[in-house]
Amino acid sequence: MATSADAAAFVEFERVQKSYDGETLVVKDLNLSMPKGEFLTMLGPSGSGKTTCLMMLAGFETATHGDIRLDGQPINNIPPHKRGIGMVFQNYALFPHMTVAENLSFPLEVRKMGKSEREEKITRALDMVQMGAFGGRRPSQLSGGQQQRIALARALVFEPELVLMDEPLGALDKQLRETLQFEITRLAHDLGITVVYVTHDQTEALTMSDRVAVFEAGRIQQLAPPDELYEKPENSFVAQFIGENNTLEGVVQDIRGDVCTVKLDSGDIIDAKPVNVHTVGERTKVSIRPERVEYNRERLSADAHTLKAEVLEFIYMGDIFRTRLRVAGNDDFVVKTRNAPDQRRLQPGEQIEIGWLAEDCRALDA
Amino acid sequence: MTDATGPIKAADGRPLKASLNRALRREKMRALMLIAPLLIFVLVTFIAPIGDMLFRSVQDDITSRTLPQTVVALDGWDYDSGSPPDEAVYEALYYDMFFAAEAKKHTALGSRLNYETTGISSLFRQTGRALDDMGEDVIEAMEDNVEALDDSAFWAALFLTEDPVDAGNANAALSWATSVADEPVRLPEGLQMSVAGATVFPKAAAQYVAFAAFTHTVDEDVPAEEDPWESVWIAMAQDTSDAGFADRLANYTGPGAAELAPLQEAVAAPLAELSFQAAFLDQDEDWADAEIWGTIQAFSSPYTAGYFLTAVDRELTPAGAQVVEDDVKIYLKLFWRTLWMSLAITFSCILLGYPVAWLMANLPDRSANLIMILVLLPFWTSLLVRTSAWKVLLQQQGVINDLLVWIGLVADDGRLALINNATGTVIAMTHILLPFMILPLYSVMKGIPPSYLRAAKSLGATNWTAFWRVYFPQSVPGIGAGSILVFILSIGYYITPEIVGGTKGVFISNRIAYHISSSLNWGLAAALGTILLVVVLALYWAYDRIVGIDNVKLGG
Repeated sequence: MATSADAAAFVEFERVQKSYDGETLVVKDLNLSMPKGEFLTMLGPSGSGKTTCLMMLAGFETATHGDIRLDGQPINNIPPHKRGIGMVFQNYALFPHMTVAENLSFPLEVRKMGKSEREEKITRALDMVQMGAFGGRRPSQLSGGQQQRIALARALVFEPELVLMDEPLGALDKQLRETLQFEITRLAHDLGITVVYVTHDQTEALTMSDRVAVFEAGRIQQLAPPDELYEKPENSFVAQFIGENNTLEGVVQDIRGDVCTVKLDSGDIIDAKPVNVHTVGERTKVSIRPERVEYNRERLSADAHTLKAEVLEFIYMGDIFRTRLRVAGNDDFVVKTRNAPDQRRLQPGEQIEIGWLAEDCRALDA
Repeated sequence: MTDATGPIKAADGRPLKASLNRALRREKMRALMLIAPLLIFVLVTFIAPIGDMLFRSVQDDITSRTLPQTVVALDGWDYDSGSPPDEAVYEALYYDMFFAAEAKKHTALGSRLNYETTGISSLFRQTGRALDDMGEDVIEAMEDNVEALDDSAFWAALFLTEDPVDAGNANAALSWATSVADEPVRLPEGLQMSVAGATVFPKAAAQYVAFAAFTHTVDEDVPAEEDPWESVWIAMAQDTSDAGFADRLANYTGPGAAELAPLQEAVAAPLAELSFQAAFLDQDEDWADAEIWGTIQAFSSPYTAGYFLTAVDRELTPAGAQVVEDDVKIYLKLFWRTLWMSLAITFSCILLGYPVAWLMANLPDRSANLIMILVLLPFWTSLLVRTSAWKVLLQQQGVINDLLVWIGLVADDGRLALINNATGTVIAMTHILLPFMILPLYSVMKGIPPSYLRAAKSLGATNWTAFWRVYFPQSVPGIGAGSILVFILSIGYYITPEIVGGTKGVFISNRIAYHISSSLNWGLAAALGTILLVVVLALYWAYDRIVGIDNVKLGG
């Protein structure tokens, strides 16, 4: 993780803590460093402290302890309106008594910009979100998606270097959300702005971000690019939170470099990759992604450990098959397989053997 | 469909619109039934009395009711001539006034006309007492020469009959009597006006019928046992001066024909000297004054603009509507004072209420509820107690002045006059009406998400700009609702200005109350009330045009 000495850091949190009531910490010892131009998503369940972090960055909450730096300058004592940070809100927060153009003009007027310059910037910003024809409308005359485009344009019209987005697509339907996800990432890259994006939707986080910070209980559990986050979760929370995941519990029996053997509670022995288990005898949760489980015996290596499984349910989902199994006493063990011509369709009640590559099976904290 | 331009038909072939209306009618009826009890209650106890009260502002039939014949006789008289009316008017006045005095209605009319011309009240009262003596020479001559007239039963036999063949139509006399007495009067059961008597003495018959009906209905006495009023005697004497009287008497065969023979000759001399005009002038010179007659004429219509003119400092003189003299102008000044003080109260309520509402809307619910209770606390105390408390606080030797003197802000001999003037009214009423401003403001502010202010600040606005350009415009509907409430409540407020207003801080409503309960000039009170109502409605209309009533919100 980058430190405050990192010269390239644009946004920096250093040992930041936040408490509302003086008894519990909402944000515990947060350290974060972002280079310029990065699209970083704060992902986490509600109450995990991600929105509080965003509000501290925007200046609407003050950090109880620690430093927040923007472009090397501590901003703890700078009021929000002097930070020059664009912000997009979940409920859009378009001023209802102003037209779209007046909404966009607002940040330019408070910056005492001339009329012609304002109009030019407003036109450019509206065109940027394909809303050029809507300048004279009131926000209430626009659909949710249109309102969010305007909110985006308003946050960008005064050309901030950092834009914060607080669950901006939360109130939109799925299809619109996907379109806007794409547009927001495109705009961010085209304009080269730095974006801090807060969401509780992991798909959104994975598809949009350069890096994702997974929040839980006031801490960043893992900060990594999307693929790393999915494929190499560092702890069982991240593994559970991101994507679908099968968990088996047991005790570490043996660690040999990159491979360890785990004795499950059912008595079965499996191979796994030790991620944050360090000593023999430690309890662990073993995590394996449904699509990495294999039940074709010939595709597994000869020495791989296998487990007996009973097929409970087979669901045809078009592009994939989703099969629920009972494995080592766990009734919710899921296997996903691609719908390929040679793929076997399992029948409920069938007894099979399953296995996986040791490096796909991660032994995490209990 | 074959006919594309025709109305859409329902499945049974009837027009769809008619079918829909039929279907909805039941629901409408049911809805109407639900509100019917309240509707009827409001109509009966509220709308109807108010309508009746407001109608009094133009209703003014006391003159035409009490002096019906005089008003008719006066119709041809011209005020601009400056001369008193002719004898016929005085004669009509004599009969009207005599009956009015017997029915004790002339003083009410005097008081009413006294609003317009000072002195009429006492003129009517004095004249009412002296009417019995008018034409006493004539009556004496009648008593001396026709002894039968001293017998009450003789009069009754002369003018009333039980015989249906002899029954005449007394409607004109009875409706005149009903009008003056201001209650329905009728002859005793079975008695009618005698045609024979009325043929000989038309005037006297009418007067006697009125007397008899009044005696029977109001006094509840038997007419045949009561002496007729002097006005009946005078009417009988006047009948003898008709050209055909001798012939009519000669043809008369009814009761008392013989006794009445010497009548014409006996009254001829005193009757020739009788002048009603002279009699009235003898009583009071003012009866020659064209102003008095002009006033009676000006108010002879059953409807009048007089109350409304008075309510705007005009008066209905015989020469038309004119502005009253400066020293008696009061109502326009009071209307203006009521308006600007209500505005001042509204503005102070906005100034004091806005920050409180803001605080309540932005605090956590627990603290906001506590403040809400404090805001509503005054409602738990009687209005009278709160206002009286202000009296204690504001008077010259009161708490606030003591405090200011103690701090040294004002000198002991320069204590501020905070009560019994406009200042006192504004202070006390602002306090009393403040909750009506805070509550709508609070509910509107509660509906403004805090993210608007945050958005404005993130866009670079200072706290003040964010408030003024983003928050304030959205709270305007709350200000509008609160202002309408406070303004309309204060424009009709009565108790507080009455107690703390002194003379310089009272409202038009205090004047209305005075006319309702002290001066009993209900017509003027109704006119003032009507103007107040119209002003409020006009302001409401203007507000709707400028701000739009849709923009008024009582809740988020």
